[in-house]
Amino acid sequence: MIRRHLLALPWLWPLARPARARDGATCRGTGDLGLVVERAHGSVLRFETSTPSVLGRVEGLGDLSHAAAVFSRDQRYAFLFGRDGGLTKLDLLTGEVVARIVQAGNAIGGAISGDGTLVAVANYDPGGVRVFAAADLAPVADIPAGTADGGRSRVVGLEDWGPRHFAYALLDGDEIRLLDLTDPARPYQRRFPGIGRMPYDALVTPDGRYYVVGLFGEDGLVLLDLWAEEPRPRRILAGYGRGERPLPVYKMPHLEGWAQAGDLLFLPAVGRFELLVVDRRDDFREVARIPVHGQPVFAVARPDGRQVWVNFAHPRNDVVQVIDVPRLAVVAELRPGRAVMHLEFTPRGDQVWISARDSDRVVVYDTARLSQIKAFEARTPSGIFTSARAARIGF
Amino acid sequence: MRLLSPCAAFALLLALAPVSLAAAPAPPPERQAWLLRLLRQDCGSCHGLTLRGGLGPSLLPERLAGRDPAELARIILDGIPGTPMPPWRFEIAPEEARWLAERLVEGRDR
Repeated sequence: MIRRHLLALPWLWPLARPARARDGATCRGTGDLGLVVERAHGSVLRFETSTPSVLGRVEGLGDLSHAAAVFSRDQRYAFLFGRDGGLTKLDLLTGEVVARIVQAGNAIGGAISGDGTLVAVANYDPGGVRVFAAADLAPVADIPAGTADGGRSRVVGLEDWGPRHFAYALLDGDEIRLLDLTDPARPYQRRFPGIGRMPYDALVTPDGRYYVVGLFGEDGLVLLDLWAEEPRPRRILAGYGRGERPLPVYKMPHLEGWAQAGDLLFLPAVGRFELLVVDRRDDFREVARIPVHGQPVFAVARPDGRQVWVNFAHPRNDVVQVIDVPRLAVVAELRPGRAVMHLEFTPRGDQVWISARDSDRVVVYDTARLSQIKAFEARTPSGIFTSARAARIGF
Repeated sequence: MRLLSPCAAFALLLALAPVSLAAAPAPPPERQAWLLRLLRQDCGSCHGLTLRGGLGPSLLPERLAGRDPAELARIILDGIPGTPMPPWRFEIAPEEARWLAERLVEGRDR
């Protein structure tokens, strides 16, 4: 009764309802927003992690297999990279498509510059990097990935590492390139050929210092110290398979977003059921191998570095394992659903969002209790990306 | 493995049958659905959800024109050594691979 009387008093309404901006849009922050890619449907779900809840769906975004997103520095806009070369600038607040272009025939991902002005896309066809203005997606630079034999290579592992600096690798060219777009009209590139066979993906450490490239054709990874006057690629974890034949790989590991927890870096052993752990302060030497449930696809550190969560390749992809970093051991195993594709933490790591593609479900876990908080329906969900990525180098 | 045995039995029946079949025998409907989903979702990890290519080449009919389904089936089953293409023999039976290969070549994989 009392409640009804209170609601009848118009002067109380502003307290009870979210503030509204003059244009009528609900006035709220953007630091707790994110996207779930529904890859088979060309759509994304917008969500917020505070309640948590799903805010709405945006459709008509093209082929979103392997789609990934980066975020504007104000955390309001997502830039979504589609497999079909589509690049969409999406307003996380309103769900409105602000700009959309199809910039190539086949793309694998992209990055946003540290100063927030440039969005770069890694393309498979035509192989190279194309760069656009974050403001309106106007073309800024086109950098073909030419190879020694006169062909063009597919580009992988495109990462930001400075105000207008990117790093990428040539899948078909066995090469790393550092791209400086301080003056976008005069792209400056440094090339590092012959790094090893078939680089397939890469990461930048959270401090922007190291660029780490995974190789498919050889056991080992390539490390480039971006702070060095004259960076030189060097091999780490060379011969990690110790001559044993790797198992067939039913889904390639992804390196971006791979775990750095304190000084330890958790890296995938391609075709093996283990995580390799190297110590940055001990010259990237292997300090541990952690046996896991399957071939790891993503290993992501909770932002505080206390845990690393791992998902796995087909067909062992119904399980997520949690590694306790101080003990370097698996301490929990969760089953969020069938075909776990991706996982994303909230900025402080209290929640992790996990997509289970074949269960059409996204599950939110409390990472301290390892218990489910909530589950949402989603259509073949794959990648999950939160706006907090805006503030992270290499995301 | 559990899924292979009915198919293996089916293959055996066919082998005993007096007729030679040019086209692969159709797997049971639920198995067809499973195979087509595997094609989209898991082959799609590398070949793209729409099979337009990615890490692996395009599997669209215009790219596969003239390819022998038997050869494609062998690639599905055994993979291509030295490349990321893995063997799928552990969960796809030979006649299922052949059926899938025919669908791909003919563009009837939807």
